[in-house]
Amino acid sequence: MSAGINTHGVWAIYRFEMARSLRTIWQSVATPVITTSLYFVVFGGAIGSRINTVGGVGYGSFIVPGLIMLSLLTQSISNASIGIYFPKFTGTVFELLSAPVTAMEMVAGFVGAAATKSIVLGLLILATSALFVPLHVAHPLAMIAFLVLTSVTFSLFGFIIGIWANGFEQLSVVPALLVTPLTFLGGAFYSIDMLPQPWRTISLFNPVVYLISGFRWSFFDKGDVSIGLSLGVTAGFMAACLVAIAAIFRTGWRLKN
Amino acid sequence: MQPILSVRGVSKTYASGHRALDPVDLDIAKGEIFALLGPNGAGKTTLISIICGIVTPSTGTITVMGHDAIHDFRAARSVIGLVPQELSVDMFETVLASVRYSRRLFGKPGHDSYIEQVLRDLSLWDKRNARIRELSGGMKRRVLIAKALSHEPDVLFLDEPTAGVDVALRRDMWKLVHRLRQKGTTIILTTHYIEEAEEMADRVGVIDKGRIVLIEEKTELMKKLGKRQMLISLQEPMAATPADLADWHLTLEDEGHILRYVFDAQAEHTGIPSLLRKLTELGIGFKDLETSKSSLEDIFVDLVERKEQAA
Ligand SMILES: Nc1ncnc2c1ncn2[C@@H]1O[C@H](COP(=O)(O)OP(=O)(O)OP(=O)(O)O)[C@@H](O)[C@H]1O
Ligand SMILES: [Mg+2]
Repeated sequence: MSAGINTHGVWAIYRFEMARSLRTIWQSVATPVITTSLYFVVFGGAIGSRINTVGGVGYGSFIVPGLIMLSLLTQSISNASIGIYFPKFTGTVFELLSAPVTAMEMVAGFVGAAATKSIVLGLLILATSALFVPLHVAHPLAMIAFLVLTSVTFSLFGFIIGIWANGFEQLSVVPALLVTPLTFLGGAFYSIDMLPQPWRTISLFNPVVYLISGFRWSFFDKGDVSIGLSLGVTAGFMAACLVAIAAIFRTGWRLKN
Repeated sequence: MQPILSVRGVSKTYASGHRALDPVDLDIAKGEIFALLGPNGAGKTTLISIICGIVTPSTGTITVMGHDAIHDFRAARSVIGLVPQELSVDMFETVLASVRYSRRLFGKPGHDSYIEQVLRDLSLWDKRNARIRELSGGMKRRVLIAKALSHEPDVLFLDEPTAGVDVALRRDMWKLVHRLRQKGTTIILTTHYIEEAEEMADRVGVIDKGRIVLIEEKTELMKKLGKRQMLISLQEPMAATPADLADWHLTLEDEGHILRYVFDAQAEHTGIPSLLRKLTELGIGFKDLETSKSSLEDIFVDLVERKEQAA
């Protein structure tokens, strides 16, 4: 072990987590491909025939960033939360707790793996979408950066949920009751400019609006809010998650008796 | 010599308010084998879990090879291996992957010849590519031992390593402990079996209701624990023990139906043959003989009572 970082330990956790998903690789690939296709059939076909364009972008293309975000947020949370919840559930967490691994090294392994999966998932949805609608990415680097930032941030959030959860039901409570509604209401399938007041102003209190808007900007060079604001909100949420995780490990909350 | 492990004033009150451990002081010398004995719920697992960083102590400090277990936890934990009491192991992994994972988690690069040796020593090499859920309970315990040994720890904790294992595995375990001792590994184990402590340990600690009631060299303890008794069921009840039997210090029980003889099992002459001859000589008839060891529970009760009287 080098003096500073237990790189072997981080790598071990990362690989362990990746191996866990590889065991269900077909499920992991088929699910996003099928659901994305379904969305295009339903939204692109049925609704898109009524709404032709949003801000000059074809409706089918317009919903791609929102679709990716929807999966990214829920999958990052579920991957990372299961990753840490499962060892707690089976008791194998004893090994992690007794190992010479710091909190941030553990986070790097678990969250790194969950974020990797989300990024792959995002790219998979993007590729599937390209089969249905014309796609042009205006700012590819920004698009990748947003993809990575969002995956990491929501994997961190999922990690916290996994530590907090005391049962399998609780794992899905936050994604189902909070994140999915916020994503649908956050302009995944419409621009908030299309909303009447006061809903437009109320929507600005939904943090997911900033994520989707920023991501959409990287595709079409325009979003509901400025790209700087989008980045700021995402980075702020990420910082909040990191602070929370540091506090959890300092106190041993829900991890140690 | 400086102890390899030093526990000072470590106590634990769980969130439920249950006081599992009163302040404990304990020093373990390098290379020794220490057995911690105690009834269910005595606090053995709690103490081990605190030392290994799984449970947060309410008070006290722990030093491992001179490293504070909290402030310098990386150095302290790197030298510790733990085999937990529960069979907590990832069921979907293969044996080999799981053991490799443990080694890396403890900061060591892969070292396949060492891992192979560990698996061979534990008769797991043939099973290395089997998923852990396919193994029997005893095999799973071996996997946990292999995982704990994977990073070549200087201090090994075995929390009830022989609970629920068959005789063969128990013998294997004892052999393994002796081999590790020869390599200089310090071992702290918990057990409910007195013969296990007898077989393996240099020193024995007895813990009860969260308090260490005794720490002693094994040889000393064995003398104290080595008491056995013989119960003689008489055909005719007696009013008093005959004077001719005074040498054996017998006691009369069950309204004169039973004679109790307490003897030292490790002494060269137990006095049993001569006692039986004497009984025949005196024409005292008996229906049945029964010898028994004082059970571990008796011994704990004894120890605790003695302690309480002393206090
Ligand atoms: N997480 C917990 N919360 C509350 N009480 C606990 C917890 N874990 C253990 N205890 C209590 O602390 C006491 C000591 O438990 P511990 O597991 O250390 O005993 P032990 O000596 O290892 O027993 P055994 O021989 O059964 O393994 C018990 O009374 C137990 O019920
Ligand atoms: Mg125990």
